[in-house]
Amino acid sequence: MNETALPNYLQEGTSLGSWLLTRDHKRIALLYMFAITFFFVIGGIAATFFRLELVTPKGDLVEAATYNRLFSLHGIVMVWLFLIPSIPAVFGNFLVPLMIGAKDLAFPRLNLLSWYLFMAGGTIIIGSAVLGSVDTGWTFYTPYSSLYSNSHVVAAVTGVFIVGFSSILTGLNFIVTIHKMRAPGMRWGRLPLFIWSQYATSIINVLATPVLAMTLALIALENLTDLGIFNPWKGGDPLLFQHLFWFYSHPAVYIMILPAMGVVSEVITCFARKRVFGYNFIAGSSLAIAFIGFMVWGHHMFVSGQSPYAGLVFSFLSMLVAVPSAIKVFNWTTTLYQGSILLSAPMLYVIGFIGLFTIGGLTGIFVATLAIDVHVHDTYFVVAHFHYIMVGGAVMAYFGALHFWWPKMFGRMYPESWARLAAIMIFVGFNLTFFPQFVLGYQGMPRRYHSYAPEFQVWNVLSSAGASILAVGYLLPFIYMAWSWKYAPRSGPNPWPATGLEWQVPSPPSKDNFSGIPHIEDEVYAYDQLFGKSDEPHSAPS
Amino acid sequence: MPMINSLEKATNPTAPLHEHQFVALEQQKAAATAGMWVFLTSEIMFFGAIFSAFLIYGYLYPEVFAHFSQKLHLLLGSLNTGILLTSSWTMVMAVHGAQQQNRRLLLRSLVFTFLLGAVFLGIKGYEWSAEIRSGDFPGSGQVNPRQGEIFLRLYFIMTGFHGLHVLIGLLLITGLWIDTARKTNIPSSQLHFTENLGLYWHFVDIVWIFLFPMLYLMDKPRLPW
Repeated sequence: MNETALPNYLQEGTSLGSWLLTRDHKRIALLYMFAITFFFVIGGIAATFFRLELVTPKGDLVEAATYNRLFSLHGIVMVWLFLIPSIPAVFGNFLVPLMIGAKDLAFPRLNLLSWYLFMAGGTIIIGSAVLGSVDTGWTFYTPYSSLYSNSHVVAAVTGVFIVGFSSILTGLNFIVTIHKMRAPGMRWGRLPLFIWSQYATSIINVLATPVLAMTLALIALENLTDLGIFNPWKGGDPLLFQHLFWFYSHPAVYIMILPAMGVVSEVITCFARKRVFGYNFIAGSSLAIAFIGFMVWGHHMFVSGQSPYAGLVFSFLSMLVAVPSAIKVFNWTTTLYQGSILLSAPMLYVIGFIGLFTIGGLTGIFVATLAIDVHVHDTYFVVAHFHYIMVGGAVMAYFGALHFWWPKMFGRMYPESWARLAAIMIFVGFNLTFFPQFVLGYQGMPRRYHSYAPEFQVWNVLSSAGASILAVGYLLPFIYMAWSWKYAPRSGPNPWPATGLEWQVPSPPSKDNFSGIPHIEDEVYAYDQLFGKSDEPHSAPS
Repeated sequence: MPMINSLEKATNPTAPLHEHQFVALEQQKAAATAGMWVFLTSEIMFFGAIFSAFLIYGYLYPEVFAHFSQKLHLLLGSLNTGILLTSSWTMVMAVHGAQQQNRRLLLRSLVFTFLLGAVFLGIKGYEWSAEIRSGDFPGSGQVNPRQGEIFLRLYFIMTGFHGLHVLIGLLLITGLWIDTARKTNIPSSQLHFTENLGLYWHFVDIVWIFLFPMLYLMDKPRLPW
């Protein structure tokens, strides 16, 4: 191939300007990667403090007010500055054009603008944290955030507002790119499942995020001027805030998990050495999750005083989401059946994902059930449930993606045994951290308190011990990835080997990804042709 | 596909190449149009959030909302509706002019659209200042009953966000006018821009078509059937 002669995208200039003014989707992906890694560390530090506080029942490390600010900071940073942008902004940016055979996203300048908006919003949020943070929790519930606000709510919601526009623009860019820039022969039915999940995510981003933007604008106006509409003294309804907020923020959970599911679909079929089972169902269930996800927000409000009939409907609809989610899990496990499974680090993360996501999803059915939710609402049960989805699901998949595509991004392998060790530590540490919280919640320990009854201590100590293992597990990749960036052996274009367009170009790819326009003549997961694994007799090229 | 591009260049030698990420000018245009539609869908949700808030409060406090709706200046509101609708027509003419390579028509239509938009904002500003002077704004302490404040807050926020969109439209129109005035022909990139600006302008117009009956006509007596 003459492509190897081309300089790769990392060699296209090394000055600061060549990075900060780049329009290359791959460089912007790396800009996002550095930014969200930084925010992940900040969110993690906040968590460290309150896990330490919770080792003893008495509030002895931080005061109640400080504790409120710590968990709010943790939630705001992790949700808005890490989880929501994580896989779409890093791997979506890097891979969408590569996977569909395009030179770049449809609007490269808009893509760069999205990063700057993200950084501006992130800076404002971190700035508000430096000034003293907010004590409303990541949900900014009124009237904590309006009438009784005594912290830097305006700055924080302004930051989130701006970050929201970054996700809208990224979603817009992906939708247009996937519609209009597929290479010849890349029909919808040949798109990688990662693309399908990005597409579903982008629809949520474009349709739900503006509602959040308007809601946060109303909160900011309520604080700054008299132009708010949630103030009960003036006849306003704080519940309306919850409706509008969850209209975005429940679909936001799918913004976090759908891209993760896309990663799982890619990795599992590669390391099972087998064509993915039920392509149409996995692709369709992504869209189904995005669609149903818009109609379930009321399950956050079972005890907020909404009508019990509305609660009934929301309860039923919420359980409906379990159907497409289960379809995915069944298809992934069936893909493993009779595969030649290779337990490399990305696969370990992905198998971990399936286990943790299943626990998170099943407990999701618990909390979607009206009667049980009344019992466990605002307890650690809910905390454990959504951490199993967001951290056990989305973060596991993020790390899986990081290891899987690292050779493509930097052209070097990561150290395999260290990576496996980190994957196992994260899995063990995660379960030790959050499984006790299910027990705590079921026993009735409420969330968001800095002190608790002494009988809960043993579970809290277990949880904090697990968190320290988790922290080391997260720290390891920082160290060996930084090492591998310079010193690890080169990987070649397709180290696994995997199918998919992105593996057919050099690692790292050149600035324009492809030397010509690629033509696609076959389905994407032709692993049986690559390895001769198929029920039908097949002449496999060696 | 590259043939389309060379055809374009042959018929119009000064046409710029399509941007590097596209394979053909046609693809670039399709992407720009799709991008605008996705953006407008997103905008519908943005306005939709506050529209639903308005409808919910209107349902909770129907008499109060009817009373305050009556206080708005119906004549000026209707006039503004006519002005904005007319500006959509002049915008259509601008797009037509661009499609026909008719620079004069494009420039003239843009001027009319700009003027109509500016007059709309002027009238809206006059209405606002009259309302503020008469104490009909949130926080004046003179709003009675207190739920009326919600109507007024929503009124100011909704017309404010709409006005902001008109203002952004005016800036884009100005930019396009300057660009067109500088050139002797209308390159295809500019045609795409004009068409997308047209879509945006009509969207802003449609938002007003929803705002006007919701805000101004709410108190009108129910039809007899």
